[in-house]
Amino acid sequence: MKRILLVVLAALLALSCVACGTKDKEEDINKKSEGVMTYAEYEAAALESAVTIEAYIQAKQSWWDGKGTFYTQDGDGAYFLYELPCTEEEYAKLAIGTKIKVSGTKTAWAGEVEIIDATWEILEGNYIAEAKDVTALLGTEDLIKSQNMFVSFKGMTVEASKDASGADVPYLYKWDGSGQDGDDLYFNVSLNGQTYTFTVESYLCSKDTAVYQAVKNLKVGDKIDLEGFLYWYEGVNPHITEVTPAA
Amino acid sequence: MIRRILSLLLVTLLCLPALTGCHGARRMDAFEIPAEFDTSREHVITFWAKSDTNIKQTNIYKKAIEDFQALYPNIKVELKIYTDYSRIYNDVITNIPTQTTPNVCITYPDHIATYITGDNTVVPLDALFADGKYGLGGSELRYDGPDADEIIPKFLEECAIGEQHYAMPYMRSTEACYVNKTYVEALGYTLPEVLTWDFIFEVSEAAMATDEEGNFKVNGQSVMIPFIYKSTDNMMIQMLRQKNAGYSTPDGDILIFNDTTEELLREIAVHAETKAFSTFKISSYPANFLNKGQCIFAIDSTAGATWMGTDAPLSDIGEDDLVPFETVVKMVPQFDPQAPQMISQGPSVCIFNKSDPQEVLASWLFAQYLLTNEVQIAYSQTEGYVPVTSKAQASEVYRDYLSRAGEDNDLYYRVKMDATQLLLANTENTFVTPVFNGSASLRNAAGQMIENVTKSIRRKETVDDAYFEEMYRSISSLYHLDQQSMSTERADLGKLPLMSQVLIGVLATTWVLIGVYVLTGALKKRKK
Repeated sequence: MKRILLVVLAALLALSCVACGTKDKEEDINKKSEGVMTYAEYEAAALESAVTIEAYIQAKQSWWDGKGTFYTQDGDGAYFLYELPCTEEEYAKLAIGTKIKVSGTKTAWAGEVEIIDATWEILEGNYIAEAKDVTALLGTEDLIKSQNMFVSFKGMTVEASKDASGADVPYLYKWDGSGQDGDDLYFNVSLNGQTYTFTVESYLCSKDTAVYQAVKNLKVGDKIDLEGFLYWYEGVNPHITEVTPAA
Repeated sequence: MIRRILSLLLVTLLCLPALTGCHGARRMDAFEIPAEFDTSREHVITFWAKSDTNIKQTNIYKKAIEDFQALYPNIKVELKIYTDYSRIYNDVITNIPTQTTPNVCITYPDHIATYITGDNTVVPLDALFADGKYGLGGSELRYDGPDADEIIPKFLEECAIGEQHYAMPYMRSTEACYVNKTYVEALGYTLPEVLTWDFIFEVSEAAMATDEEGNFKVNGQSVMIPFIYKSTDNMMIQMLRQKNAGYSTPDGDILIFNDTTEELLREIAVHAETKAFSTFKISSYPANFLNKGQCIFAIDSTAGATWMGTDAPLSDIGEDDLVPFETVVKMVPQFDPQAPQMISQGPSVCIFNKSDPQEVLASWLFAQYLLTNEVQIAYSQTEGYVPVTSKAQASEVYRDYLSRAGEDNDLYYRVKMDATQLLLANTENTFVTPVFNGSASLRNAAGQMIENVTKSIRRKETVDDAYFEEMYRSISSLYHLDQQSMSTERADLGKLPLMSQVLIGVLATTWVLIGVYVLTGALKKRKK
């Protein structure tokens, strides 16, 4: 009886090792199906040209009127999917990490490169990217190469914004303070004497999220680390998803 | 036994309307004006407003509420600001079935046409206008509002749907062409008094010339989109109107898919192909390109004037990107400069019906307060808006404001005030499109055709007869222009579906059987 038990246990142990091995075997997130562009090919494609990519959903910005907007990424770069046609139920199914194949048109709007008028399908696979530290790239021409990626900024200092009365405040509702609770939050952060405007995009992170609350609790002079997506609007305009005290 | 079956059938039939009646939305009684406003009770009313992402506008709403509440301490106004009319529209539509609409709402008549498809959803205002106590210029008002004849008639007419007014105008604007005159002249052209479409297209094509390095000669930059239109809905609507071509009938018949539309789209395609023309949806805000010296003709609302020009008080672009040039404000291009026509637009205000008439009256008192000189003049100064009352337009404060154009780059910003003057001088040349249930969709479809053609050309797709045929079909379907319900008129819905015919047949038979039963019973009694 003991022998049998020992054999069974050994078999189970061997099985679990195999299983672990399978799990540990990393998915090749840059491997593309037939006819699908690599990130380099996508990057080289002209604006207004047809593109087909495969990527993993990293964030869901919003669903509105039968269209969803997503940040997606593979191991080499990021793709912003603007107003991807989908039902609300389909939007719910497109969870973070989901792999999708997208065919559409590459275009740019106010400097933001995106894929529009697209069709899509879900594929097997899952990947959630680590934030890429782009602190050192701030203010350089290389920053745009990480456009739309999940990124981090370390050791930034909160700078004052001016509200309607001219008073110094740590953040504004909308770019000029014309908004109210629940609207986008705009706040300034600096590094090495340069100030940048970051945003908590209210569709991406609503007023109930931790990041929205964290920004509302900021004080001028606070040292913080940030994570978010490297959105572009007439220049860099990161959409921040996490704020923590600087490490 | 038969008697039992018939009784059961009768009870079931009696219960049926009650059961099915629960499925629909609750009916709201029509609003009747109370004889007196009840000041002993507190009324909390919600006001959904639109701000053009302009803190001054938000602050004016807040001050108006504060001042109004000081006059009516028993009315509390809760403000919700939107930056997009379509979001207001969507939220209202969502809230109608649950009767959680706002009390007072900034809106467009096109949207109201959809709201009023519900029973007594929006309050018709004609009786309120005329009410001696609380109406326009009423004896019991605690503020100096306009009399009925002091609302600019043309603006008030725009708020009528059929024979009733369902809104009051709040602000009016039109579109303007903001021109980089410096570049027009550098290209060897002289700006005419009235721009024509031909002139704009010709100058735009001339601006596409590049040097050996691929930069545009006119600005020395790698980017130049000479002609950018913000609202392609308006572009198509105005072009068709100026051509006296079909758009829709007042009853909601769709006329937009016509030869003139195709002719216009083919012309637009020519300039989309050279990239001399683009749109906001495709490229971004015309103001940003204009101020960077990357656009020559930027067409946007007069309510966007504070973003236009080198010295614009509002800007989305870095100071390093600003290029100095002379900005001139012109009316939108015309096909016939002798008979200019331009769209009238701008927010109106409507009131939603509630079960408590006192709450509706409180809403009306606030809505009407928005037409006082204090609110009208202050709000109109935030952008190239025009007050909607002659009372405000003729006031000394407003005349003084207009006389001070260019004194600074803030309140008296010249470009903004030129845009205002453009509408004041052309109010009689403005028009609106017919309003009916579905007119908002038709408006979207009008613009979408320009967007589609422009995008297709940029993507090197073939734009030919087959393309137009397919586009008309898909747009018609996408925007439900092919449905009979576009009109507010009753339509011939054709034959009833088979199941409905069967149900009606069963009901009729049942009633016949009941009749026979009752009659038989009566005859039996008589025989006894």
